[in-house]
Amino acid sequence: MTESLQELVARIPDGAMLVVPPDYSGVAIAATRALLERGVRDLHVVASPSSGIQSDLLIAAGCVRTMEAAAVTLGEFGVAPAFNAAVRAGSIRMLDSTCPALHAALNAAEKGLPFIPLRGLIGSDVLRHRPDWKTIQNPFSDTPDPIVLLPAIRPDIALFHAAAADREGNVWVGRRLELSVMAHAARQTLVTVERVLDTCFFDREELVPGVLPSLYVTAIAVAERGAWPLGIDEEYEPDAEAQARYAKGALFMETV
Amino acid sequence: MDAALLINAIAELIGEAGHVATGALSPIPMAASMLARRRSGGKMRVTVLGSRRNSRFTGGAKELFDSAAQGRIDVFFLSGAQIDGEANINLLSIGDYEKPKVRFSGSFGSPYLYMLVPRVILFRPEHDRRALVPKVDFISAPGWSEPEVYRPGGPAALVTGKCLFDWRKDERRFALRSAHPGEDAASIRAATGFDYAEPATVPTTPVPDAALREEIRDLVRSEVAEVYPRFAEEFAV
Repeated sequence: MTESLQELVARIPDGAMLVVPPDYSGVAIAATRALLERGVRDLHVVASPSSGIQSDLLIAAGCVRTMEAAAVTLGEFGVAPAFNAAVRAGSIRMLDSTCPALHAALNAAEKGLPFIPLRGLIGSDVLRHRPDWKTIQNPFSDTPDPIVLLPAIRPDIALFHAAAADREGNVWVGRRLELSVMAHAARQTLVTVERVLDTCFFDREELVPGVLPSLYVTAIAVAERGAWPLGIDEEYEPDAEAQARYAKGALFMETV
Repeated sequence: MDAALLINAIAELIGEAGHVATGALSPIPMAASMLARRRSGGKMRVTVLGSRRNSRFTGGAKELFDSAAQGRIDVFFLSGAQIDGEANINLLSIGDYEKPKVRFSGSFGSPYLYMLVPRVILFRPEHDRRALVPKVDFISAPGWSEPEVYRPGGPAALVTGKCLFDWRKDERRFALRSAHPGEDAASIRAATGFDYAEPATVPTTPVPDAALREEIRDLVRSEVAEVYPRFAEEFAV
């Protein structure tokens, strides 16, 4: 049922729109390293809604054409060095967004909708630099009420890391339902897990709300400590030292 | 910078609230929220982005934003690489947008939460003319909006390493509320790049005593360290 990391990332073609989770949510770093080794090009990376070391690694290796995010940051460890250099040099196309817009645009894709309205945004330069976002008059209001419409984001691939899959290929995401949203929205979902359990999550009622059904999962690979140097809930903590070393200017994971 | 003083000052600004939330890169606002919650006898609800201990959301990352749009969050915190006198904040870049001199991580949820959360407390520890400017280079989120724009939220106060400002919505400008020890009206005026109102006599921001400092240290150790290990480590020194 599972495949190798190399087989998994071979499913990500050059030019794909790839959606990835925030650092606290289950980031597939081991798979990202395999993707770097494969030499993928021209990715459109969508952060749902922010990204850190994963996007920075891809940018450092020249794999990214477009970055779409509310923020790219190493959090407490500082700026994402390759991302910052690339934006200043103009070597990637940056689509600046905001967290709720990314969530909402993925929600639209989940529902099979072409667009979705969102409050806020009006008066922000984020909106001014997004000609693909449109401000309309609320058609249900008799008084002036401008509101922004966002086109749905339907990624080609969702990629993330989770604690476990069961024998049917259902994936336990726990409280990280943003991972399920990514999977619902994307055409294909690739998951790395710490382990595969010989069980069925649907047999345990208390687990069911945190399960991503195999319906949405294209392929799974086992990658122990697959989020390192980031962490994963109840498995291992983020490795602060390794992240600090990366932030200090180590552009490739080999030097972490 | 006296982090305990800032944590106490922000906790007092939070005052009474039903639900306080903190976002990314916010260790001091998180500590202040923990203190405000303790002072409420545990009645105050606090949601910390990135925390498992201090989040009671089950709807995934979008729940913070959905609940804010429904008015279920009373207080939130934002910062800015630049903040101007109209309370516009810039979290994105310095210089030209297409070819920035300095690029920061991004605007996060600010273009939305600043407009929807009733009381947003701005926090910018570095207080100088590079941070507090006449006009921001990029408006991540605007300080005020035209009347036809749906906007139940906005700024309430600005906390810096030198002082506290209140936001006067009707006048669209900040007003000096208190100066931290070692600062006065003139030193704050000299370090601030925008105009603001100022009282005839400037009060001093309350300084935490030893017992309060110990209480704050304990909260940083027991709660903040989960989300901000680096901050907790430095704070303990």
